[in-house]
Amino acid sequence: MKIAVLSGKGGTGKTTVSTNLAKIMNWNYVDCDVEEPNGFIFLKPKVIKTEEVKIPVPKIDEEKCINCNKCVAACQFNALAGTKTDIILFEKLCHGCGACTLVCPVNAITEEGRTIGKIDIGEAEAIKCMRGILDIGEPMAPPIIKRLKELVDDSPTIIDCSPGSSCSVVSAIDGVDVAVLVTEATPFGLHDLKIAVELVRQMNIPFGIIVNRADEEHDLITRYCEEEKINLLGKIPYDKKAAVLYSKGKLLVEDKEYNDRFKEIGEKILEVKACS
Amino acid sequence: MQLVIISGKGGTGKTTVAASFAYLSDKSIKVDCDVDASNLHIILGGEDIEKRSYIGAKLAHIDMNKCIKCGECEKVCRFDAIADFKIDSLKCEGCGACKIVCPKGAISLEDEITGETILTQTQRGLLSRAEMVIGAEGSGKLVTQVRKNAMAHKKEDEWVIMDGTPGIGCAVMASITGCDAALIVVEPTQSGINDFERVYSLTKHFNIKAFACINKYDINEEMSIEIEKICQREGIELLGKIPFDPCVKMAANELKPIVSYEKSKAAKEIINIWNKFKNKYEEE
Repeated sequence: MKIAVLSGKGGTGKTTVSTNLAKIMNWNYVDCDVEEPNGFIFLKPKVIKTEEVKIPVPKIDEEKCINCNKCVAACQFNALAGTKTDIILFEKLCHGCGACTLVCPVNAITEEGRTIGKIDIGEAEAIKCMRGILDIGEPMAPPIIKRLKELVDDSPTIIDCSPGSSCSVVSAIDGVDVAVLVTEATPFGLHDLKIAVELVRQMNIPFGIIVNRADEEHDLITRYCEEEKINLLGKIPYDKKAAVLYSKGKLLVEDKEYNDRFKEIGEKILEVKACS
Repeated sequence: MQLVIISGKGGTGKTTVAASFAYLSDKSIKVDCDVDASNLHIILGGEDIEKRSYIGAKLAHIDMNKCIKCGECEKVCRFDAIADFKIDSLKCEGCGACKIVCPKGAISLEDEITGETILTQTQRGLLSRAEMVIGAEGSGKLVTQVRKNAMAHKKEDEWVIMDGTPGIGCAVMASITGCDAALIVVEPTQSGINDFERVYSLTKHFNIKAFACINKYDINEEMSIEIEKICQREGIELLGKIPFDPCVKMAANELKPIVSYEKSKAAKEIINIWNKFKNKYEEE
């Protein structure tokens, strides 16, 4: 079983929720927020293995190339440009789709791997942890997320997604059993939450909502959940104690009160799965 | 002068600072580069005066009348976007490899609307923003379009104030390329420092002058000192330290920029930061 934690926007407490749930439920943890993976700061696993993530990019054999420019025409991402004498590759624009190799009439194009980031695999006691890290200056996160997902086995796993609702999030939540949407009880939180709700509904993933930094006075999220008949999985109260633990890179479940809360939330998530 | 406000990650107070700057600078055009979940218009208010569909990608389409179900397209697709002779629009990158291998010419690439660009007239000037179609590809390209729209409407003496995108990927790169300065908002936490270092490397990579400010500096003063040390070591000018202030949350709930609250201590510091920045560039 796989649970994805997402948020519509960053800073809502997605990593807090996923790392604490992983700890309390004793589930494996995968950080798919490859632009800013922060989960390891809290779970502190010992990294035992690292692998590079590569995407295939074309390599053009100039001897064989007849400069017909068919590859340039086929490339939808403008990663290839033809000059009078040869073909130039802009490697960061290349999605590694292989279309250029398919159209080359003289088989002048082969592919070679280009590193765009890496994956760390580690252990924090019984919890297996993985994270992807996108190299600085690289634009494309989805290939790293895809590789991470290939490495996930059948054991119960929490997947920490990237913020937003773009292609990276789609890659991260593809095939998960339950989605947990983390939000704040502010009008901004609600605005961004609605975007995330639309995404999981579109992908037919059962889901529930956790309100972070909850504030009883302004609980517009509870009202929204009631109106939309969405499972409210729990609330994490707004508290300076939490902010201080977080700032030091500590898990909230080290505190008894939060420990109980996360236990309850974990049980509710399993109910969402059972009822879907 | 083009200034982008970035943070490495969302939730550090980037929009709080950007909305305040946007509010304080009446001679500027505002840009919300967060096309995934734009929020600046919620604070600045105003009226949408122009909306345009944005075609940012292509999508494969299979003509079932021509398809002979040979499965070549599925085999060649590297994005697992084809199953049972159907295209999954969320996974298709529009590369056209399937079209190339189809023996019957049953596949075509069609323009895909990936978002909508919007111009909003606020009381403090024009705001260029966008709403991306959920799950769409190419948010970086949409950011570039939002910036182009702003440049097309910018008056000569106006500055461009941009609320950047979170992260360090394609959308952020599109937010910061060609800017004169970037203000990085950092929070004094372990992960905040991590994000700060990564996003600073990105500004270095693109050769953009970086400034920093610490938000909620007093929730962990040790970490704040840590950040000051990084700034000193890297030669990043620290423009200010914003204190934790419950007024910020209240302002968010009331959908107003924090700088419109005269008594707020966070507002005072943000105004200081803005003045420091403005003086620096107005002299030039």
